[in-house]
Amino acid sequence: MESLHVTKYFHDPATIRILNDINFSLHESEFVSIIGKSGCGKSTLLYILSTMDTDYEGDIVIDGVSMKGKSEKILARVRNEKIGFVFQFHYLLNEFSVLKNVMLPGLKLGLYSEKEIEHRAYEKLKILGIENEALKMPNQLSGGQKQRVAIARALINDPLLIMGDEPTGNLDKKNSEIVFDIFQELAQEFKQTLLIVTHDNEFAARTTRIIEMEDGQIIRM
Amino acid sequence: MKNKLIFQIAISLLLARWKQTLVAAIGVTFSITMFITLLSFMTGLNDLLDGLLLNRTAHVRLFKELSISKNQPADVYYKNTKGHNFIRSVKPKNERLDISNSGAIISTLQKDARVLGVAPKITAQVFYNVGAIDLTGVINGIEPLEENRLFKFNDYVTAGNFLDLKNIPNSVILGKGLAQNMMVSIGDVVQVTTSKGERLSLKVVGFFQSGIQDIDKVQSYASIKTTQKLLGASANYITDIQVKLKDILGAPAAAKEFESFYEVNAIDIQTANSQFETGSSIRSLISYAVGITLLIVAGFGIYNILNMMIYEKMDSIAILKAVGFSGGDVNKIFISIALSIGIFGGAMGLLGGFGLSSLIDQIPFNTDSLPTVKTYPINYNPNFYIIGGIFSIITTYFAGYFPARKASSIDPVVIIRGK
Repeated sequence: MESLHVTKYFHDPATIRILNDINFSLHESEFVSIIGKSGCGKSTLLYILSTMDTDYEGDIVIDGVSMKGKSEKILARVRNEKIGFVFQFHYLLNEFSVLKNVMLPGLKLGLYSEKEIEHRAYEKLKILGIENEALKMPNQLSGGQKQRVAIARALINDPLLIMGDEPTGNLDKKNSEIVFDIFQELAQEFKQTLLIVTHDNEFAARTTRIIEMEDGQIIRM
Repeated sequence: MKNKLIFQIAISLLLARWKQTLVAAIGVTFSITMFITLLSFMTGLNDLLDGLLLNRTAHVRLFKELSISKNQPADVYYKNTKGHNFIRSVKPKNERLDISNSGAIISTLQKDARVLGVAPKITAQVFYNVGAIDLTGVINGIEPLEENRLFKFNDYVTAGNFLDLKNIPNSVILGKGLAQNMMVSIGDVVQVTTSKGERLSLKVVGFFQSGIQDIDKVQSYASIKTTQKLLGASANYITDIQVKLKDILGAPAAAKEFESFYEVNAIDIQTANSQFETGSSIRSLISYAVGITLLIVAGFGIYNILNMMIYEKMDSIAILKAVGFSGGDVNKIFISIALSIGIFGGAMGLLGGFGLSSLIDQIPFNTDSLPTVKTYPINYNPNFYIIGGIFSIITTYFAGYFPARKASSIDPVVIIRGK
């Protein structure tokens, strides 16, 4: 994955250049963290990289394919297939069981039969140690458990890349530790590429590569 | 597979807010119910009122009108001279009122493929003698069997048997109002005098009630033979030939053709009763307008509820998009929510409409003017159900369309970052 000369402006209330000519690339099975102070544009960058934000200059290349000017439908497909997302807030759908939540992106992709997706969802939940909670509703789980369900959901389609926007931001020390360990395990054992935005320097220090940002520019990578 | 998933999500969102969903569906149900009931009732009433006239009226009536001759001798004589003829105060000649060659006309008409039936009729002006006073009236000489087949004569005979007209010589069926005025009952004998001074005693064998009081006070029915005897006329004396066609819409054309072909006057039902048609079409227009208004109001209800649901489910929509659902998918989800409300509510409404109209159909409705009607009239036309069903789906689709478009254009970044 590459980011080429990405520049972004915020136009409200006044035009501000929030990202300034960001260039970097990410290689397979890297565990990268983006750090920086609040407002330095790290989350903005992440959302651009995730293809959800399309209002930018420059280009994003994912798996050798340029994302510039692609239709909303194709970008949705890319997110579905190649990117797993973990947010600060878990964003599980309360109308569905934990299992169904994990299965949703898989069902959307439709590569496997429903039975197979269910089986795979169980496997992912097992990796995260919460397979016993599969049939509960999300609001019956603790915060740490919810975040792990969200990670399982990000994993369901075996994405090229998992992105995290402060995935431990809402968790206490113990749960943060668990989530970090999971990421670590994914990176080392499953060779999963990870790109995590965090302001927790301690967390960042344990990743294989740190990108530090300030005022919309990368100052260390 | 994909649509199944979208449908599953739609159902889950629906069930998560089942109370609101139910209210929306009840809105649709109510409006469809009222739409069906209103139209069935209105049309039933229309049919009843039209039937009051149409059932009893000939589609084409052949008769002879005494008028001045169209070919005045002066015109014939001075045909080739220049200038104009002015003839004043021309009077019609004293001619017989009966249709000449009526037997041949009737038998020809009966062979005509367009004709359902032909009923001859004689109208005779008479006086009913009640003690010292005379009441003016009209005796219609009819062929009882044919009159009943074509114009449902029996429906209006409230007492006695109409067949007695045929079976009992010199019998009469009096209008109810007339019978009351004369204070006679069945079995009594009344005296009538024709305009030419001939008298005859007629036995009352029944009463009829047409629903129009003015008619009931003047008219009575006797058989053709009795009337001919009353008028002292021969057996081929017929003043009117009533023709019922298979297709009522062909009446104006047929009337024109008969008029020139048989050399008689002919009038079609549409010309004679144009005000009825106008009345019923306006009534149905009003009921359609009210029904459709109800549906549109229900549509706004669905629109509101979906809009609220979108605000509530903003997070869910954002996350669905983040994990790879496209705007089109989100759109489909909300459209299916709207459509399920519409289909469910509409189906219930169709049932409700049928139920309510059947209920109205049971309510007693007795009125003196309509002797055959015992309950409120309802027309169970399947077209109303088809229109109601289609319309419920269309309204809910549009009610869902705008909220769905809004949902599909939600920017997930704005929602997720907003937290």
